[in-house]
Amino acid sequence: MSAAAKPATRTPAATLPGERLDWMPLALIPAIALLALPFIPSLPTWVTLTVAGLAMGMMIFMMAAGLTLVFGLMDVMNFAHGVFISVGAYAGTSVLLAMKASMQADSLWANLSAIVPAVLAAMALAGLLGWFFERVVIRPVYGDHLKQILVTMGGLIVVEQLIHVVWGPDIIPLPRPATITGSFIVGDAAIERYRLLAVLVGLAVFVAMSLILNRTRLGLLIRAGVENSEMVESLGYRIRRLFIGVFVAGSALAGLGGVMWALYQESVNAQIGMQMMVVLFIVLIIGGLGSIGGCFVGALLVGLLANYTGYLAPKLALGSNILLMVLVLLWRPRGLFPIGKA
Amino acid sequence: MAEALLSLAGVNTHIGQYHILQGVDFEVPRAGLTMLLGRNGAGKTTTLRTIMGLWKASAGAIRYQGAEITRRATPELAQMGIAYVPENMGIFAGLTVRENLLLAARSGPPDEKRLDWIFSLFPAMQKFWNGLAGNLSGGQKQMLAIARAIVEPRKLLLVDEPTKGLAPSIIANMIEAFRELKRTETSLLVVEQNFHFARALGDTVAVMESGRIVHTGRMADLAADEPLQTKLLGLSLETHQ
Repeated sequence: MSAAAKPATRTPAATLPGERLDWMPLALIPAIALLALPFIPSLPTWVTLTVAGLAMGMMIFMMAAGLTLVFGLMDVMNFAHGVFISVGAYAGTSVLLAMKASMQADSLWANLSAIVPAVLAAMALAGLLGWFFERVVIRPVYGDHLKQILVTMGGLIVVEQLIHVVWGPDIIPLPRPATITGSFIVGDAAIERYRLLAVLVGLAVFVAMSLILNRTRLGLLIRAGVENSEMVESLGYRIRRLFIGVFVAGSALAGLGGVMWALYQESVNAQIGMQMMVVLFIVLIIGGLGSIGGCFVGALLVGLLANYTGYLAPKLALGSNILLMVLVLLWRPRGLFPIGKA
Repeated sequence: MAEALLSLAGVNTHIGQYHILQGVDFEVPRAGLTMLLGRNGAGKTTTLRTIMGLWKASAGAIRYQGAEITRRATPELAQMGIAYVPENMGIFAGLTVRENLLLAARSGPPDEKRLDWIFSLFPAMQKFWNGLAGNLSGGQKQMLAIARAIVEPRKLLLVDEPTKGLAPSIIANMIEAFRELKRTETSLLVVEQNFHFARALGDTVAVMESGRIVHTGRMADLAADEPLQTKLLGLSLETHQ
């Protein structure tokens, strides 16, 4: 047993207030689902909408997770995050379309032989673009939010135009792989296979991120850096290297979210990432800037609410998320899981 | 004065358009505790932050163990054995006491004997080992900040106002802890407004005014010279306890 762990076992743990899991924000997820139930005409429709909402939330989480860490750790307002989503979506689409035969085969393994390289390509290209962005666009403007907004918006426009140059201006249709097309029927509810896959992938990403953040020294450094990067440097760690690593990982995750979102939409266009930015910022603010747990809960809330209101009152879909954000901020002004920034 | 561990020569620091340090010269000996005193706004915190590389000196030289460190990055200075406890303590509120200390122990899990020694100085650290640092009291947070700085042996410890906002009983505990620290090989440079604390612990003293050092010498000599205290600090130590 390490020396560091020993005192925990030899001393009775004195408790401090507020150490217990903050379950109230977590309870919002089932609360919203149950609140919607009386308004939905049938239980199967409610089940379908709930799974769709969770799937959408998971994809939003993948796209937003990197952005919240980048903001929390580096204090960078990256309005260009959407292009990492777009580039990931296009890179993945290119690979998937190039492997059309594998995509259309009825074998799961054949489908996976196209999906896995597509996901890896999406993450690699988005990560590479993230690395380039950090070095060239963001590094000169650390600490200056106004300039960050200006240069990242500029970068976004440039990359969007480059997408037009490389992939053309037209929408590219992207059929889903054969084995994840169609639905399961559970009772009378139809659950799309792809949505279930999105839920599983999102959960896997969340669990992996939680394990890294809570069980590793790297995670400890990131959590400390989100609170007070100057103090982390004073303890002898080069925070700049951590910045780059987090920025690249966040961009790669956005790429993963991008290709998942493109498959969800069954098409890709140059604005696919930019169209998500408003929702992503809403999720970040609801969750608490820099908080992965908050981002996860916020994304699920937004996904669920968007699907319920999209069904009940389609014109209110985006407005409902803004209303949710306002209500959350009235309740917790720094978001559901605020990070104690120094 | 013994051979200097740290020396500042003509150090200037600008923060934005403000010229804060205007040629700071003083030395920190290889042993003992040096007090850095001065009125509010004299430049004491800026001096510590400039030494730690958090604000860069615009002119002058800082030497540590004989090597020029003026332009070195903060992490490198920490790796050279300089630890820093800022005025706001800089604890990671969302991390537990254990995680705060684990993070500060760069070379691996903290040594058990050293941890026991830290617990003897600050029993609250053991008591709240798995508690969130953000939920500690003000005094306990200060103890954690100092414990974190000494979780591994350091050569120089820079501490900015360790008694700020603390109750008298906690200050008495803190004085005992610093006495214990002085028995180690760590040299200390402490910025302080509490003159009782300064007199109880200081071996040498440097007094700042308007970004310059206006007095250096033995703390005991300053403590014994009321007119000099009044001249340098505006108050005598006797009237400010």
